Amino acid sequence: MMRYLAGRVLRGLFTILLVMTFAFVVLRLSGDPALLIMTVDAPPEAIAAFRTSWGLDRPLWDQYVTYVLRAAIGDLGNSMRDGRPAIELVLDRVPATLAITIPAFLLKIGIGVPAGIYAALHRNSLADRLTMLVSVAGFTVPSFVLALVLVLVFSVKLGWLPSSGSETLAHAILPIVTLGTAGAAVIARFTRSAMLEVLGQPYIRAASAKGLTWRRVVTDHALPNAAIPTTTIIGFMIGALIAGAVVVESVFAWPGVGRLLVVAVANRDLAVVQALLIIIAATMVAANILVDLVYGWIDPRMRTRHPAGAQ
Amino acid sequence: MQPPLVDITGLTVDFDTGARIVRVLHGVDLAVGAGEAVGLVGESGCGKSVTWLAALGLLGSRARIGGQVSLRGRNLVGAPTSALESVRGRHIAMIFQDPSSSLNPVHRVGRQLAEALRLHRDMDADAAMVEARRLLDRVGIADAPRRLDAYPHELSGGMNQRVMIAMALAGQPEMLVADEPTTALDATIQAQILELLQEIRRDTQMALVLISHDLGVVAENTDRVCVMYAGRVIEDAPIATIFGAPAHPYTQGLLAALPDLEGPRRRLTTIQGVVPEAWNLPPGCSFAPRCDRADAACAAAVPPSLALAADHRAACIKAVPQPAPAAGRA
Repeated sequence: MMRYLAGRVLRGLFTILLVMTFAFVVLRLSGDPALLIMTVDAPPEAIAAFRTSWGLDRPLWDQYVTYVLRAAIGDLGNSMRDGRPAIELVLDRVPATLAITIPAFLLKIGIGVPAGIYAALHRNSLADRLTMLVSVAGFTVPSFVLALVLVLVFSVKLGWLPSSGSETLAHAILPIVTLGTAGAAVIARFTRSAMLEVLGQPYIRAASAKGLTWRRVVTDHALPNAAIPTTTIIGFMIGALIAGAVVVESVFAWPGVGRLLVVAVANRDLAVVQALLIIIAATMVAANILVDLVYGWIDPRMRTRHPAGAQ
Repeated sequence: MQPPLVDITGLTVDFDTGARIVRVLHGVDLAVGAGEAVGLVGESGCGKSVTWLAALGLLGSRARIGGQVSLRGRNLVGAPTSALESVRGRHIAMIFQDPSSSLNPVHRVGRQLAEALRLHRDMDADAAMVEARRLLDRVGIADAPRRLDAYPHELSGGMNQRVMIAMALAGQPEMLVADEPTTALDATIQAQILELLQEIRRDTQMALVLISHDLGVVAENTDRVCVMYAGRVIEDAPIATIFGAPAHPYTQGLLAALPDLEGPRRRLTTIQGVVPEAWNLPPGCSFAPRCDRADAACAAAVPPSLALAADHRAACIKAVPQPAPAAGRA
């Protein structure tokens, strides 16, 4: 078990290194930050001084090695805009993002899982068809469209909720609902198909043949098995807790990680963009490891199949 | 003669496929006495398993069931779910073809056994575990205490079938329906499982319905055989009669298709043609299109089940009890 976990963590670190490298290459390819941050008509000496102070005049490989080694000790550089450590800027924004993504996450599970189970148990009923119709709408409508529709209805027409900002609790409601809707729709579909798959298995009929009530067949035999595939999709959503709200935060002017990303990219604030990507990659990797551990816990077949599955 | 334990009369099953309604059972008549061992043979799709799944109400909501299944005089067709639940496992237990997928992969074997015991025998958790261990011993699983903690994927197919049998015994049923219990197992294990079923039957006086497409298996393990074809029982007779003097041309064809162990080698006989699709049955005898003896009368009406002897019935207007053709030729 420890060997397995160590292997997973190592692989995760490698993934993060890949993301860092990718971020480094793409950001260096996409333009000169010195020219963007300094104005075009700045004197050449000032631009040169800016380059020197940020190390942009050194050879690329040198910049890369420095960047990776510093990252390894937790130093992700300073913002080129206000000079504060990039990691601090990012971490400052995390609570605001979590304030909408965590309630949205609970909303997704709280609505998606029961809706999926209900639809599967009443397959082809009116309720099933309706649930699936709503669910298709829920995840095909892009979140910025849904966000605008919600603003139009609840802020402009009804005047119940504020359309943007983050001053009060009421400000969080529309972003949470926007985020939660698409996720709930995805989880509902996934849960439904997982349940249908499980309900068709021979052990479900065998459990009924034993004399168990249908209710107990569902709770004791179907649900634990359907939880296995559903865990995958929920795990992805945990990975997206930090980075999954870029669009929604932009629409609602919510001061979270997503908005920081948009602003930092627009400003070519290299260190901040890199720090964001690393944090986002790290949460995704951590969520994946978590999913694997949960798999081992809920599916006994996983435990024996990969006794030391580091490969 | 005492009334049968289970008496199935005119059992029909229609499946609603969404596009159309397909009748898969066309009035099955079948009786099983207490303690009796009956074989149910026929090709895949002839309705052997569906008959018993319908009897226990295990076919799901797309199946419409008609006719009567009476268990000691109580009709199960159309009975409320709670009544069926109290019959399943307690009066009629069922084991299935693929034991490894008939056990829940995420629960330990012991838990699944104890679940049945707590349900049927009102045991508390500790008593159920003790009894579960005894049952595993009973079905010939060595090292029972350790096996209780195993998951189904850690056991072989044969062992899983033993667990299924132990689970069936948990409710101390009057009848066990074994639906192709050894088809998924290799030959040696098959023999052991059948031996175990015999042994349990001797000890418990439990009735056994053995569903199989293997006439040999049925011959060795049951007293009486019902042959099914396209959703009907077409012949019903004691083992000796079925093998010695089968009356229905289909039964005769099945026997002729068996290889002989002794005597000169011969080309195996086949029954010409294929089984008609369930939604496209001929109006008369469904075997008529493949039958040598068929004439206009056979195609005109479904043949009634005729008594050829006190214990021998065949649904054929041209039924002639005679040794299977191959036996004569061999």
